[in-house]
Amino acid sequence: MEYRLNTPVTKEELSVLRAGDRVLLSGTVYTARDAAHQRMMERLDRGEALPFALEGSAIYYVGPTPERPGQVIGSAGPTTSGRMDKFSPRLLELGQPVMIGKGARSREVKEAIVRNGAVYLAAMGGAGAVMSASVDSAAVVCWEDLGCEAVRRLHVTDMPLTVVIDSLGNDLYETGPEAYLKSLESENETGN
Amino acid sequence: MKIISAAQITQAVAELCIRANRELPPDMESAMRLAEKTEPWPIGADTMSVLCRNIDAARENGLPICQDTGCACVFAELGQDVHIEGDFEAAVNAGVSRGYTEGYLRKSMVQDPLRRGNTGDNTPAAITVWLVPGDSLKLTVAPKGFGSENMSRLAMLKPADGVEGVKRFVLETVKLAGPNPCPPIVLGVGIGGTFDKVAYLAKHALLRPIDQPNPDPFYGLLEKELLDEINALGIGPQGFGGKTTALGLNIETMPTHVAGLPVAVNVSCHVTRRASTVL
Repeated sequence: MEYRLNTPVTKEELSVLRAGDRVLLSGTVYTARDAAHQRMMERLDRGEALPFALEGSAIYYVGPTPERPGQVIGSAGPTTSGRMDKFSPRLLELGQPVMIGKGARSREVKEAIVRNGAVYLAAMGGAGAVMSASVDSAAVVCWEDLGCEAVRRLHVTDMPLTVVIDSLGNDLYETGPEAYLKSLESENETGN
Repeated sequence: MKIISAAQITQAVAELCIRANRELPPDMESAMRLAEKTEPWPIGADTMSVLCRNIDAARENGLPICQDTGCACVFAELGQDVHIEGDFEAAVNAGVSRGYTEGYLRKSMVQDPLRRGNTGDNTPAAITVWLVPGDSLKLTVAPKGFGSENMSRLAMLKPADGVEGVKRFVLETVKLAGPNPCPPIVLGVGIGGTFDKVAYLAKHALLRPIDQPNPDPFYGLLEKELLDEINALGIGPQGFGGKTTALGLNIETMPTHVAGLPVAVNVSCHVTRRASTVL
């Protein structure tokens, strides 16, 4: 199935998504990766507000290349999400419902996804030039000193994504390869 | 004796950094296009077609193929009859700084592994120099992304583990990596040497085009067997399932100690980049 989603998203909208579905996401997406997550945690520890509202928001794990004159953004594909596993459950509990990245997530993150009706979406890893085409505008929100790791506010239109972990805890990285291998077995049974 | 100036080296490295990040080497691009045609699983075939479209988009728009423009791994085959005027290492780093700045490439290097702090110009490069006969200098820039680098592994196996032990370790590494290193992947496998040399062999193996098998038929066959076994795992493009888990696997070897069988696997992604020039 293919769905169109706009941010801020609601849990009802996310509840129909299933691992393997395609999503075209439009609206505001915040970029944050390793160092920005670390700083967000420090702010939360001090009881301070985060640089953007978490409720209904989408966080994209990306460190784009610098834009050339006339470009909105450089290449902007996802980074490996597993490095954010340590931080994500805390953000999910605070109402942050959409994570965008690539690669496997921990059991703790999956449990937090199910508990909070969140989703984990994959952008196309290593396809930085294609991913940047859906970005209409980009502006640094904070922590400019982090360079490519600064938090940016992106406005995106029809950003092409794949549901990897849905709100029931189904994981495409498990079900996808299993389904492919099963198709080979049934091919062998019928073919030979 | 040939004289090569530091300025020539800086300029060459700067150009190679930009070229390597925007254009895949011909063997990599051919393998990607072929996989797009041969991947039988629908979501895998769709994924391959997006990845191939990305190669075109990067070329058309002068964008890096991937936003992780990598640690600049620079390899120099330095002819022993060459005299370099100036500081070689400083010249290479000046080239990386210029290439990554003028080419709008991402600056991903931190100055200290624990205290972090971005250096701001992607220096320093990871430099390897080989002294070779002759009076020319061949420079190769192979930018290495860390999504895949982080999935690399090394083991000191026992001699009795043999070829089966090596195969088991390589397959285990690919399974553990799963979707993380942006499959379809490329693997550089080092076998032999010492703890440090085997890691170097694995990195060196990634410099060989993936359509050129190891010249030793024994290892050429092992490369093919391992590749087939990896592509039977079902991980597929991006880990969404499918046949195309790896595009290539290169093995480099070295003599080793009677007591040892070191093996290292350097994992690379579908954006395995390298560009060379000769001065």
